[in-house]
Amino acid sequence: MKVFALFIQFILLCSAAPLVSGIIARVKNNLRMRRGAPVLQPYYNIVKLFSKDEVVSDTTSWIFRIAPVVVLSSSLTALALVPAVISGNGANLAGDFLAIIFIFALGRFFLALAGLDAGSSFGGMGSSREMFISSLAEPCVFMAVFSLFLRSGSTNPEFINAVNYPHVATVLAVFCLMMVILAETSRLPVDNQETHLELTMVHEAMILEYSGRSLAFIEIGSYIKQMIWFSLLAHILFPASVAVSSGLARLGVSAVFFIVKILCIGAFVALLEVVIAKMRLFRVVDYFGFAIVFGILAAISSLIGV
Amino acid sequence: MFDPLSLFFLAVIALVSVPSLVYSAGYLKGQFTPRRKTLLHGLTAIFILSMAAVVTAADIIAFLIAWEIMSLVSFFLVVFEHEHEQSAQAGVIYIVMTHIGTAFLIAAFMLIHQYSHSFDFSAIRPACASMPQNARDLVFIFLLIGFGTKAGIVPLHIWLPYAHPQAPSHISSIMSGVMIKTAVYGIIRFIMYLMGVTAWWWGVVVLTAAIVTCLVGIIYALMEHDLKRLLAYSSVENIGIVLLGAGASMLFLFLKLEILAVLALAAGLYHLINHAVFKGLLFLCAGSVYKAAGTRNMEKLGGLIRTMPWTAAFFLCGAMAIAALPPLNGFVSEWLILQSFFLGALNIASGGMKFFLGICAAALAFTGGLAAACFVKAFGITFLALPRSRQAQEAREVPVSMRMGMGVLAALAVLLGLGAAWVIKALVVVAGCASRIDSSAISFSLNNLIVSPAQGNQTFLSPVLIAFGLVTFAAGIAVLYSVVRRRGVRIFKTWDCGYYRVTGRNEYTATAFSNPFRVAFSFFLFPYHRTRKIWESFYHVRSFSYETHTTPVFKKYFYDPLLRLVFSAAGLMRRIQPGSIHLYIGYIFLTVVVLIILMGKF
Repeated sequence: MKVFALFIQFILLCSAAPLVSGIIARVKNNLRMRRGAPVLQPYYNIVKLFSKDEVVSDTTSWIFRIAPVVVLSSSLTALALVPAVISGNGANLAGDFLAIIFIFALGRFFLALAGLDAGSSFGGMGSSREMFISSLAEPCVFMAVFSLFLRSGSTNPEFINAVNYPHVATVLAVFCLMMVILAETSRLPVDNQETHLELTMVHEAMILEYSGRSLAFIEIGSYIKQMIWFSLLAHILFPASVAVSSGLARLGVSAVFFIVKILCIGAFVALLEVVIAKMRLFRVVDYFGFAIVFGILAAISSLIGV
Repeated sequence: MFDPLSLFFLAVIALVSVPSLVYSAGYLKGQFTPRRKTLLHGLTAIFILSMAAVVTAADIIAFLIAWEIMSLVSFFLVVFEHEHEQSAQAGVIYIVMTHIGTAFLIAAFMLIHQYSHSFDFSAIRPACASMPQNARDLVFIFLLIGFGTKAGIVPLHIWLPYAHPQAPSHISSIMSGVMIKTAVYGIIRFIMYLMGVTAWWWGVVVLTAAIVTCLVGIIYALMEHDLKRLLAYSSVENIGIVLLGAGASMLFLFLKLEILAVLALAAGLYHLINHAVFKGLLFLCAGSVYKAAGTRNMEKLGGLIRTMPWTAAFFLCGAMAIAALPPLNGFVSEWLILQSFFLGALNIASGGMKFFLGICAAALAFTGGLAAACFVKAFGITFLALPRSRQAQEAREVPVSMRMGMGVLAALAVLLGLGAAWVIKALVVVAGCASRIDSSAISFSLNNLIVSPAQGNQTFLSPVLIAFGLVTFAAGIAVLYSVVRRRGVRIFKTWDCGYYRVTGRNEYTATAFSNPFRVAFSFFLFPYHRTRKIWESFYHVRSFSYETHTTPVFKKYFYDPLLRLVFSAAGLMRRIQPGSIHLYIGYIFLTVVVLIILMGKF
């Protein structure tokens, strides 16, 4: 029963991941007084990519070919560690919150190598910037997790969730994580998913050479990564997951709560993306400076117990 | 002395030395004359044996003799390729620094002898308990400086990026993989095992030094585009990570948090053996690249993955391990060190200390992020895309013996990651012995599969399960890729805004890759640029050159003034020695007169 429920949850989270991006794009467009593409557009894009031929550069090596597989499989592995609707997840024997961050690093590492592999300057630029941004984001995440840990006593995501809320420390840590998530899901003000302008693109520059199925795998990988971050954040702010044994009614309520939480975060991200502008690359240092200040404040307030 | 601590270090020495020696068979082919080759083999043998002697010596005199043999032989190995002009400079810096370190060690040992009246470790251990605290503090500082010089703690790291790359590659691998670890052995053996931690600030000092070492090491590594020097700087960083574990353990020992002390030390030692394996591997790969392409400059390399597929695969394995990517070994040890900081912060009473440990964790995370960037650069620029020079184009794969040496180390890097639960079991025994804690009841593993640093708080890590997940999903995706609606794959040129003339010169360079970091850390690196344009006419530029360098801060603001001071002092001393025989006879005469006058006094 439990394994089955976990399996269902895993499949549902995977298949709902592109929808979140579709909804965010739709909300953004509506806020800009446009009609916007249908919320299912990410699915259409994936189907389209799957039915297309693939072009591979003749300067590339096997790194370029396996990178999409590594990206997607690392995202899926990380997803298995994340509690969403159901808690008491057996998969947490494999890793904790920190392990999830390390697993993300695996996908990023290969994507950055693939960016360099094609030999054009765009890819190199993208991977250099991606590694720069992610290395600055790393201490912020750990500071935020540290402040949450001081209260929960465990880096197991379920235990972090089990803390009763809302403390000042939790809120500050969420601020810090939110800033990191914007960068990790390549959104404004750090990166912009909607543009392919040479001077500003980061993630898109790195995957510029990809097409067809490989591109689809990378896209699905980033949707799932976004899903993971959102569900982690949702659980830190409003813990609501329940054990499988607690009955179908509780499970249903938990599922509804989860969907509402994800939608709220998505809407918030959409609103943010509409109202703020892209930063220059080197302003990113200041951006993460702010994030780590939030993280440090979270740790301090966690220490003094508020 | 053959307790678990010594045996552990003997194992580390063997694990790296044996593959390196296998590798050297192919590496030295056609390089030196037979006589020089014999000399090199002899020196290498003495070098490895002296390291083994250092970690098994049971009294101070034997330790010092072995230590000095190790330093001198490694000096000869650094200057072995004396036809390179940098060898002499590297050798001088190395021998001066290492002897400054030894001087501090001797001072510390003499202080210890004042109280123990014996050089034997078994006599020192009880005697140290009765030493007054200020003497212990002094001994601690001397030992830290002395061993820190060998380990490469910032700012004493100055020799390391010169000396390590200059030796033949299999020696670099042993030096970076093992020799600097003997200094960590010294710190653990003398400070934790013999003296015992009796002041709270010892741990804090080691932790602070370790943070600085990590960050400075990796930032310099990022700026470097000489492949072997990049690896040498990254060794500085990794020694910092090892010391983060050891320092945390010292802090916990003082606070009597015994389980945590064992955890932190075991995590540090875990990273130590991991670093020995993957840095040994990376140095061997860099040596293969050097042998095949004739250059270590990354700006002249590129595209080697096609001509040297084995070396590329092994380097990738090492790079992934050092960038702490799951499920390889570096990931497990960094995770354990982070966990020991977190758990320490939970169990320490003082708020300031909790916060400090949080900062340590964040600093380690930052180091990890920068290391990932650094090794994307090291692998990506060296092995991927198009070759940047003819030498790189004509590089050929290295012979089997070299590949075997690298392959064994690469396999070890994977095994040490997947077998984390077993490794940690063995390391608990070692750490218990080193910190004088009865560790028989302490266990950090479940079911031989899962690492669990604290019982009861449900924090688990299982590299095997993660690897299983990754492989299963990857296999599924690969099936999906090939089965679902089979579509064509077209091989075409890289998109280059429609010109289709991508050459090695269009590629992103190592300097360009690290530019964001150079700008972000300009407050520390002080980069300077020089552009030179030669004008053909008012409108046209005929040639354009651009240079950028970073200022070596420690050399410029610490060592150079120090060196000037030493030289001016020497200049003063020289005045009494002008080379005139008459004056010298005068000195002798004066001495005799003074002695005759003073004779009555004694």
